[in-house]
Amino acid sequence: MDRREFTIKVVSPALFTLSLFVIWEAVCRLFHVPLTILPAASDVFAALWRYRDPIMENSLVTLWTTLAGFAIATAFGLALGIAVGWHRALYAGIYPVLVGFNSIPKVAVVPVLILWFGLGEVPAIMTAFLISFFPIVVNVATGLATTEPELEDVLRALGASKLDIMRKVGIPRSLPYFFGSLKVAITLAFVGTVVSETVGANKGIGKLMLDAQSAFQVPIVFAGLLVLAILGIVLYAMTALIEQRFTGWAFRGHANY
Amino acid sequence: MTTPALVRLDRVSMAYGRGEAAIHAVEEISLEIHTGEFIAVVGPSGCGKSSLMKLISGLHPPLSGNLSVEGKPVRGPIKSVGMVFQNSNLLPWRSVVDNVLLPLEIVEPHRSRIRREAGLYREKSIKLLESVGLGGFTEKFPWQLSGGMQQRASICRALIHEPEILMLDEPFGALDAFTREDLWCLLRDLQAARSATVMLVTHDLREAVFLADTVYVMSNRPGRIVKRFEVGIERPRDLEVTYSTEFQAIVHELRGHIGRAGEPAGGAH
Repeated sequence: MDRREFTIKVVSPALFTLSLFVIWEAVCRLFHVPLTILPAASDVFAALWRYRDPIMENSLVTLWTTLAGFAIATAFGLALGIAVGWHRALYAGIYPVLVGFNSIPKVAVVPVLILWFGLGEVPAIMTAFLISFFPIVVNVATGLATTEPELEDVLRALGASKLDIMRKVGIPRSLPYFFGSLKVAITLAFVGTVVSETVGANKGIGKLMLDAQSAFQVPIVFAGLLVLAILGIVLYAMTALIEQRFTGWAFRGHANY
Repeated sequence: MTTPALVRLDRVSMAYGRGEAAIHAVEEISLEIHTGEFIAVVGPSGCGKSSLMKLISGLHPPLSGNLSVEGKPVRGPIKSVGMVFQNSNLLPWRSVVDNVLLPLEIVEPHRSRIRREAGLYREKSIKLLESVGLGGFTEKFPWQLSGGMQQRASICRALIHEPEILMLDEPFGALDAFTREDLWCLLRDLQAARSATVMLVTHDLREAVFLADTVYVMSNRPGRIVKRFEVGIERPRDLEVTYSTEFQAIVHELRGHIGRAGEPAGGAH
């Protein structure tokens, strides 16, 4: 990385983030914003440090339930996407159901999940899964469905079976779509987990924030938000990295971006 | 010619769709392709040239008439075909040599051997790529190549399994004039070296006359063959030939047939 690139990729975002916190702090102090409305950045960081143990513990719960739900969504979404992309009849049959299911706000499903599985990690994992598998299915199916007909002709004329075409062309071709959808899915899974935790759970950042809110511990609520933001960035960066690692060819000219 | 025909079409018609809504693509086509022959099919766009290719390769069944390859009626995709389209259709996640290897991963008997004899097959592909001037590009990815080079690789992919027939559907349509002439010569030399049977579909009359033994002119859709023309110019032909009066006269005559073919066949498209 040369100096110019370093300035753009490291210095610029760091400076911007820092100034955001500085402005936040300045606004709170200048206008004497009450602690119960908006605690200053320094208060939030103080709370973050003071309650680091429970925050850490609950973050880890949120993290692993998100990842568990995401893993299930990935496996399920990939399988369903391939099935749907394979057969036009399956596509036509399943698609309306999928769209219908996807349009149900998942908050509304959480009570049912708690009813079935009780308070604990399972409803959070299930919510993360349910909310995040849809984009994976749609993307994989789209990748498969948009295989160039001429390329299919080339292979069919050689006597390739449908399975051959899938293995040699369809699946590798849909991988960029698949990895692209993972970025969306991980964010959604995270949302799902936290939503589920705030509706009803006995652990997790969502639950911690809910408890802090009812005790008017506003700095902890904001500390929770901060932790969520950091976790979100880490999870997104992880999937983005995986995407580039596996489908560098799809980025062509700007491969090092 | 005295040898039995490799491909024989006897009053073959073909349509997309069924019943009243069917679109007739070609009608009552009769033609023969002999082993080692280079034929070209020319005609206005949308006249069913590509449909003819789909018919012969067995990708689309005929509506009526008899169609046989090597004396046997065609019932499904015939494996002894190599295809090249206007778009090179190379797989962007595979290197050039791996793209050329693709047919060998599908066609028997190579399919069951390719794992054991990977080195041998790779060597064969690299040799073929070298013969079309892509020796230094075997490990590059398709998108790192120019359009003309991609098309060279695409031709290699169509030839690697030594097909009975090489089918080219406007293979040079997207290239600039100079690259196109380079590839004409490349195709001419490849065909001569392997005495391959080639079917070229094009709307470039100069291309057809320069390369082919026999040129078929098709009418507007539904396509019929309105003229069969044997190009008498001796082979191998040099690019200089294209500037000769004899060559120009042939192109001119064929152009006349296309002009006439366009008018009566039931209006547009």
